[in-house]
Amino acid sequence: MFVSNDVSNTETMQERHIVQPRDAQHPIVLSTEELHVFYGKKEAIYEGDLQFARNQITALIGPSGSGKSTYLRSLNRMNDRIATVTGRIMYRGVDINQPAIDVYEMRRRVGMVFQRPNPFAKSIYDNIAFALRLRGTTDKHELDEIVETSLKQAALWNQVKDDLNKSALALSGGQAQRLCIARAIAVKPDILLLDEPASALDPVSTSQLEDTLLELKKQYTIIIVTHNMQQAGRISEYTAFFNQGRVLEYDTTSHIFTNPQVQITSDYVSGNFG
Amino acid sequence: MKTTQQLERQLKRHSKAAKLEIWGKVVSFSALLLIVAVVVGIIGFVASKGIATFTSNHVSLWDFLTEKKWNPGITDANGKPEVGALPMIVGSFLITILSAVVATPFAIGTAVFMNEISPNKGAKILQPVTELLVGIPSVVYGFIGLSVVVPATRAIFGGSGFGILSGTCVLFVMILPTVTSMSVDALRSVPRYYREASLALGATQWQTIYKVVLRAATPGLMTAVVFGMARAFGEALAVQMVIGNAALMPGSLVDPAATLTSVLTTGIGNTVMGSLQNNALWSLALVLLLMSLVFNLIIRLIGRKGRLQ
Repeated sequence: MFVSNDVSNTETMQERHIVQPRDAQHPIVLSTEELHVFYGKKEAIYEGDLQFARNQITALIGPSGSGKSTYLRSLNRMNDRIATVTGRIMYRGVDINQPAIDVYEMRRRVGMVFQRPNPFAKSIYDNIAFALRLRGTTDKHELDEIVETSLKQAALWNQVKDDLNKSALALSGGQAQRLCIARAIAVKPDILLLDEPASALDPVSTSQLEDTLLELKKQYTIIIVTHNMQQAGRISEYTAFFNQGRVLEYDTTSHIFTNPQVQITSDYVSGNFG
Repeated sequence: MKTTQQLERQLKRHSKAAKLEIWGKVVSFSALLLIVAVVVGIIGFVASKGIATFTSNHVSLWDFLTEKKWNPGITDANGKPEVGALPMIVGSFLITILSAVVATPFAIGTAVFMNEISPNKGAKILQPVTELLVGIPSVVYGFIGLSVVVPATRAIFGGSGFGILSGTCVLFVMILPTVTSMSVDALRSVPRYYREASLALGATQWQTIYKVVLRAATPGLMTAVVFGMARAFGEALAVQMVIGNAALMPGSLVDPAATLTSVLTTGIGNTVMGSLQNNALWSLALVLLLMSLVFNLIIRLIGRKGRLQ
């Protein structure tokens, strides 16, 4: 089921252990090849080639400053104006990291949810309809329907169905973050990138959010950056461990947590550093 | 026992630092008192003088605000002095609103360029230029208006060239930097995650600016415009140099007209303290003062509304 691609102790002195997902049920939809990210002259990511399986959750873990968020933000080119990203990002056979790509069209397929819940100062309804209206959907009936299904998918509908016209800023942190997820899936993306979505939430909201993600993976491919290793263990099929701008280990989540091949990974997941 | 007393003495001793602190408080509080006294003094003085037109000279307030003839030295057929301030009030408002209407799109456009489209160039080139424009004395603007704008208006629209239109042109340039730099501040205060959220949803940069950033910055942008209007309303010298100073109802934008400020600057030196002519000018000053209070009030209201959002 898995093809080992063990590159430990080959070119570099530091050991690495990379096993890309191989699963006929869940083919690769997104992968990076020779991806490098520079902030000015400083290289933030210099080894980070991963493949992501469809309808699975992949967790990116690692200490602060290891480059996992930078890597994630590069995937839908949110780093375009901040950093220089070289290499290929293959999305269903198309390199989306080339100048000819319409990033706005691409981001409709590769959506993103941020660390801090960031609803607009608009009503709940208008938040979710925002991206649809930008694309010219004006039919009230159609909008109503998408708003409802998106909120249901994000497990927020029952709490807000009577308050759709109220300001989204009145929502609690957990609700606001689920609103952001609903807003992101309203345009029916293919891939959902989440940058530490639960780090600003309390434990109960976090647990609800995780349930939502497990539900959403049936329809979307999810890549999530998280600081919380228990969270990675609970929800993800695959886990990549980042350290100092490199992916040191990538394998199924159960392997990473029960039988890590790289010493630093082992130290990190057992809480000895990071 | 002895050590306790020693300790108490040490703790109760007024150290140098404690004395300095009291001294600092006294200094800053007296500065505040002085400023409050000056403001209250100015308002009181202008009000007492301005009201004298209505109390000691028995001009009716209604006539003052609605009559169209301004000639305080002359009494009309009924023996009433001609102190109709309407032409100046209209002139002031017209020139203020027009210059704000013209300046706002340019200011917001510049601010969007400086903050959203090209922050690097904006910071390097436009920021210093804007600051320089703020620092140019108004007499220089007036002089340029007099030697460039007025002849141009004369050549294009005929007439003398003096009037509301020339005044608007000069004021537009004068308030532009103020409105621009405040608009930049307003845009800057829109959190970065608003822009990221919009971009991540596939909005283009223009859609993000138009639908998210400008919407979120609206209270700040309105404050910027009102600030510009307050400045335009109170500007005296430059306007006086190009408006023509004829206290008549402006029939068109190129007829000579007057504003509250221009009548004040041209007239105040030619009247005797306590006379009707002098009191009438103080009444104009009172109107000006009240209007700037109104502008301040509007700015505060917008600010409060913005915070509530």
